[in-house]
Amino acid sequence: MKIGTQQRRQERIDRGIKVRTDGLYALMSWRELAYLIAPRLLLIGGLLLLPLVVPGMYWLRVISIVCIYALLALSFDFLAHYVGLVSLGGAFFVGVGGYLTALLNTGMGISPLVAIPVAAIFGGVICTILLLPCLPLRGVYFAIVTLMYPLFLARVIEALNILGGTDGIMGIDGVPYVWLEQYGIIAMLLLILFGLRRLVNTDLGLVMRAVKDNDQAVRASGMNITHYKALAVFIASSVGCLAGACLVHTYMWAGISTFALDFSVLPIAATVIGGGGTLVGPVLGCLILVPISELLRDFGTLRIVFYSLILLGFIVFRSDGLMIYGQRKYHQFERWTDI
Amino acid sequence: MTDTPLLQVTNVTKTFGGIIALNNVSFDVNKGEILGIIGPNGSGKTTVVNCITGFVKVSSGRVLFRGETITGKPPHKIADMGVLRTFQIMRPYFSLPAYKNLVIPLCSPRARRTGGWRGGGKLGDRNTVSIDILEEIGFERDSYVPYKTTNTLPTGYLKRLELARCLALKPELIICDEVFSGLSMSEIASMVPLIERLQMDGITLIMIEHRLRELFQVANRVMVLNFGEKLVEGSAREVMADERVREAYFGSEVVEEVMKHA
Repeated sequence: MKIGTQQRRQERIDRGIKVRTDGLYALMSWRELAYLIAPRLLLIGGLLLLPLVVPGMYWLRVISIVCIYALLALSFDFLAHYVGLVSLGGAFFVGVGGYLTALLNTGMGISPLVAIPVAAIFGGVICTILLLPCLPLRGVYFAIVTLMYPLFLARVIEALNILGGTDGIMGIDGVPYVWLEQYGIIAMLLLILFGLRRLVNTDLGLVMRAVKDNDQAVRASGMNITHYKALAVFIASSVGCLAGACLVHTYMWAGISTFALDFSVLPIAATVIGGGGTLVGPVLGCLILVPISELLRDFGTLRIVFYSLILLGFIVFRSDGLMIYGQRKYHQFERWTDI
Repeated sequence: MTDTPLLQVTNVTKTFGGIIALNNVSFDVNKGEILGIIGPNGSGKTTVVNCITGFVKVSSGRVLFRGETITGKPPHKIADMGVLRTFQIMRPYFSLPAYKNLVIPLCSPRARRTGGWRGGGKLGDRNTVSIDILEEIGFERDSYVPYKTTNTLPTGYLKRLELARCLALKPELIICDEVFSGLSMSEIASMVPLIERLQMDGITLIMIEHRLRELFQVANRVMVLNFGEKLVEGSAREVMADERVREAYFGSEVVEEVMKHA
């Protein structure tokens, strides 16, 4: 450090509106109302308008895939940052939800509009029961077990040649109306996003966050942490199964590839890029990553190379995540001051 | 009027592999008293806490609370009966403000049944109840302190928060694992009346301490542990007069040396 030169440091100050409105919604003017609502409206409006502005059917399909990955990323972010369970179970949830809705639809002739929610709830129950023995595990141990399940189930289906074996289950109905399919999944994504954000700030959500911070203290306070973890896993796996069910009805096919590890890994990448623990961040991450991956298809084999480089760039230059960076810029002034 | 002690620890032994952490330790705690447990480092004090509260399984022996066996029960069940503990290493829920830290224990079944420390069976708004408890334990109500995130609070407040976490469940017995350690003299001085007030409110306490002067001020009885065995039990005066206790703390050579010069 040079002596004699003026030193400067960056100062960050909360904007006045932020200070007044943080948590307490005593709004004084339209300006303050807009300050709070504008980012939310931007997201909701943006997502709703997106299908209208993209060119062609192909990109409509991409939007659906974005939403499916966003649901998985939400489920990962919720478990990892609010309950402390790092789950690599995206593929597991997609597989269970996907096969369940496929069976309901082809086996019992239930309409997709009923089969999808039923598959989401019962898939959540099945995943929770299967993960129940692993709930005392934490951190990387839980991650490994959740990674093992999709591999395990895919091989079971292959080896025993059940549920269509390697061919998968074909002849699944699509969602009756194209626009219902498109907007249905966008609406569900928004509903779950804002629902989870509300949940983590309720008292129940606080207990879940406490389990992440210090599970021993929660046990010492007379609460059964397994109970809370199971509830959180049920919520997250239901969201994951919902994504899987939507995916299957979009492709009209359920196969072993629903257990593919892409469904575990891409949501994590999206969470890292978007900013973990914000819940909106992962959605944003998927909105960036999935279209990029589609745009790069022209490069053929080099696609993965460019994709990796972009991912690397995000992680090196914006390691705290886009959403956290954005929130800081939105809520705070930054200025250089002499010291 | 019952004659059975509130807590009976009988012949508790705990081994970790080949290491005997506790060897056949027995003691009773009567309702309304403060029992101090002292002993050199590694003498098994915290293991006693863990054995009573179910955080580790005892190898043999029994712990009875109100005449009912609690050995083998999971920690949350034991806490639900009113046996609460603080942790030696404070780890509050760092991302939350102090009062939200208390909302969490107030979500427990016991708090919902009892309504918190002063609650009369019905739990009111959790945020309000938590601020009330914090005020009683020494957080200034009309200041920023209860609303600050816990990673910015000084140790004194965190220790109080640990106690408050127990009070939220309307405890019958609190086992304090070194509430005085790491505090400044003035912080300790303000903590002592707090402990005395808890006793006056009918709460039984077990205090594990290294700060002997303050402990002797509040404790009705003191028990000394050394290498997992109970050395003596008695009033503070009796305990300090005991030759074996001096030996355990200072080593036999030092005692001999001191005796020579005496």
